[in-house]
Amino acid sequence: MSSQDITARAPRTQRKLPSEVNILLVLIGIAVVFEILGWIFQGQSFLFSWNRLKIMILQVSVIGIIAVGVTQVIISGGIDLSSGSVVGAVAMVAMSFAQVSTYARAVYPGLTDLPMIVPLLIGLGCGAIVGLINGWLIAYTKIPPFIATLGTMVTVRGFAKWYTKGQPVSFPTEGFAWIGSGMMPVVIFILVAAIFHVAMKYTRYGKFTYAIGANAQAARVSGIDVERHLVKVYVIAAMLAALAGMVVAARGQTAQAGMGLAYELDAIAMAVIGGVSLNGGRGSILGTAIGMVIFGVIISGFTFLRLDAYYQEMIKGAIVVAAVVADVHRQNKRRKTS
Amino acid sequence: MVSARTAAAIDRVKAIIDREGVLSISGIRKEFPGVLALDDVQLRIRPGTVHALMGENGAGKSTLMKIIAGVYQPDAGEIRLRGQVVALRSPLDALEQGISMIHQELALMNWMTVAENIWIRREPKNRLGLIDHAKMAQMTADLFARLNIGLDPTVQVSELTVAQKQMVEIAKAVSHNSDVLIMDEPTSALTEREVDHLFAIIRDLRERGIGIVYITHKMNELFEIADEFTVFRDGKYVGTHNASDVTRDDIIRMMVGREITNMFPKVDCPIGDTILEVRNLTLPGVYHDVSFSLRRGEILGLAGLVGSKRSNVAEALFGVHPAESGEILIDGKPVTVANPAQAMAHGMAFLTEDRKETGCFLTLDCLENIQSALITRSHVRNGFVQQAEVNRLAEDMARTLRIKTPNLQETVENLSGGNQQKLLIARWLLTKPRILILDEPTRGIDVGAKSEIHRLITELAAQGVAVLMISSELPEVLGMSDRIMVMHEGHVSGFLNRDEADQVKIMSLAAK
Repeated sequence: MSSQDITARAPRTQRKLPSEVNILLVLIGIAVVFEILGWIFQGQSFLFSWNRLKIMILQVSVIGIIAVGVTQVIISGGIDLSSGSVVGAVAMVAMSFAQVSTYARAVYPGLTDLPMIVPLLIGLGCGAIVGLINGWLIAYTKIPPFIATLGTMVTVRGFAKWYTKGQPVSFPTEGFAWIGSGMMPVVIFILVAAIFHVAMKYTRYGKFTYAIGANAQAARVSGIDVERHLVKVYVIAAMLAALAGMVVAARGQTAQAGMGLAYELDAIAMAVIGGVSLNGGRGSILGTAIGMVIFGVIISGFTFLRLDAYYQEMIKGAIVVAAVVADVHRQNKRRKTS
Repeated sequence: MVSARTAAAIDRVKAIIDREGVLSISGIRKEFPGVLALDDVQLRIRPGTVHALMGENGAGKSTLMKIIAGVYQPDAGEIRLRGQVVALRSPLDALEQGISMIHQELALMNWMTVAENIWIRREPKNRLGLIDHAKMAQMTADLFARLNIGLDPTVQVSELTVAQKQMVEIAKAVSHNSDVLIMDEPTSALTEREVDHLFAIIRDLRERGIGIVYITHKMNELFEIADEFTVFRDGKYVGTHNASDVTRDDIIRMMVGREITNMFPKVDCPIGDTILEVRNLTLPGVYHDVSFSLRRGEILGLAGLVGSKRSNVAEALFGVHPAESGEILIDGKPVTVANPAQAMAHGMAFLTEDRKETGCFLTLDCLENIQSALITRSHVRNGFVQQAEVNRLAEDMARTLRIKTPNLQETVENLSGGNQQKLLIARWLLTKPRILILDEPTRGIDVGAKSEIHRLITELAAQGVAVLMISSELPEVLGMSDRIMVMHEGHVSGFLNRDEADQVKIMSLAAK
């Protein structure tokens, strides 16, 4: 190549085919397989049932809200195992500030019939505190994210059980119950996903998150305050888990300390299936959203085919491993060609 | 007792080896998706010689070495080892057939001892089938005595310096008693004295009849150690010559296929007022009392051997690892630089030494890599990056620096080293720095890209940017700098002006 044609062909900022297209193709493939199996084994359509699709998306959107937060954590090069426990703890705390006065055994008898915004803010505040602890541990004491969030996972679950000594908290106000009613979980998920899709793609917050995940040292030398940014990332992740916790509690009109058990793993699985690389620096909210739908299609597909729940769990695990294998394979391929 | 027939057979093989070389390859072709890495190349290594392999980055040297070491399989071609056609199916296979390779990236196990690393898979066992550590230590000591290496075999590898690890790698390769030894840039992390030691080892191995393949970017090494050399260009064989028959310029011409009339196009430009002054910068145990000043339009070269802590001083200036005491003055006013963001606020920019470790975001695209520093300070409104404006700036800069990429959406890991380096320079130029710190700006990139970067540095100086340039290549320091500061083990050992400096003066200050 001579130097003339280098100058002539100036690099341009043109759009390439987004990598999410591949994941979308996987989703379509899986849906088609279930559709065919449906006609063979059940004699009916899998996809063309509005009710089934509604239930399917409702089932996954609560964990989808968590997955959005977890996605930006994984893109930053970390992991968050505490989200399931945050769901349980925040469900308990928020619900205790959302009870009706007609219920005789409220947690705080003097604080009943509060407007919906009060428990909502308290819940988000609790999430933020857990996120601050996670972020501080990871950014400033430099312990691995896996260990830091494993610690908060256990501690926060313990707090949830201690909060009412294991008693469930029930009877929320109508206002609070509204956030979990009908299709609200799906609406909240779509809002959250849209906001963070824009944030990750077009704001400095998103650019910094990708940069830190791709190369934290280089990000630091570029003038990014890596530590402060990581704290923000973990605070946001925990606040989204808190929101999910309140949606779950509101939907069931009760909160229990064991709520959200293993949600963090499903959320991570959705992100990984959606093409978010566990090495950081790669992935998108859109990918995770598609990953979430794949997750939902598989679960409701198996139920539809009347596959035993035990098999479902085993297959779910295998799918997550397969998604990680695909990620590692993609990276090896890249390394070889470069 | 060797029978007459066997002796005759041995003689025949010896004759073949003398004629064809211990390792002789021909017609090798290797294609990667979208790239023809090697096209009909040949190479012949005679026993008891050092054969240097030369070529720009991307010429195919490393690919060929990986084929010889069994890492890659060729698509076509023939490999003859001691006169026999062989297939090298894996690195282990190549090793067992007598080919050892010392990789550019060190491949030692940090949490094991030196001896365990060297004899891994070949550990001496005692009667119970357990590893005989005493014997292993003895074997290592014998090996080190032979190579004149003064290291404790029982020490953990993680405690060694990079240079010491390199020595362990070499000892490990030698311990296999291979006929062919491949060294890929073995001196990149070594100090002058260690290089001398390495060359002594190489000469000893040559005496023993081993064929050594030596890859280097450093021209001086070629003339000091190599007997023969082969040049590749763009995956093709260019030629093989005796080192004694050619000059440095001949080799550069063969590598690039064109005349390089002026490798260092430094033009004199007016030098302005002092912009940066450093007084008694000290980080105990690392560097002490470093003082110097830098003026607008000046290029201050910073020379020194490995261990001179040049990069640490640069990191202190930019706030990556601040100094403990001392003063930094910009435009005559004392400033604090506790982190890179503060340094950037004072108009500094810092191109780090290690592109992969502290420079590039390899998984991200060119645009993200170019804009990362800019958007920490400007072009963001209400949290949103003003992408249209940034795109325009990035495209202009990419054009100015002649970054070769189909578009700015290309992932950076797909770019060559030279283009990655230009991308990082683009990142910093977008911040419009007044003080530019460059740490090894042309390390590991090909000759063409090198001279382009040199031209660019000169142009920046002409525009009034003050440049501090760290470089391990003396010709580069001499060719580019208005003034040269030399460091030795954390102390400034002297300054030289452009007209009085030469390699000998620099080295005598650097080595003391």
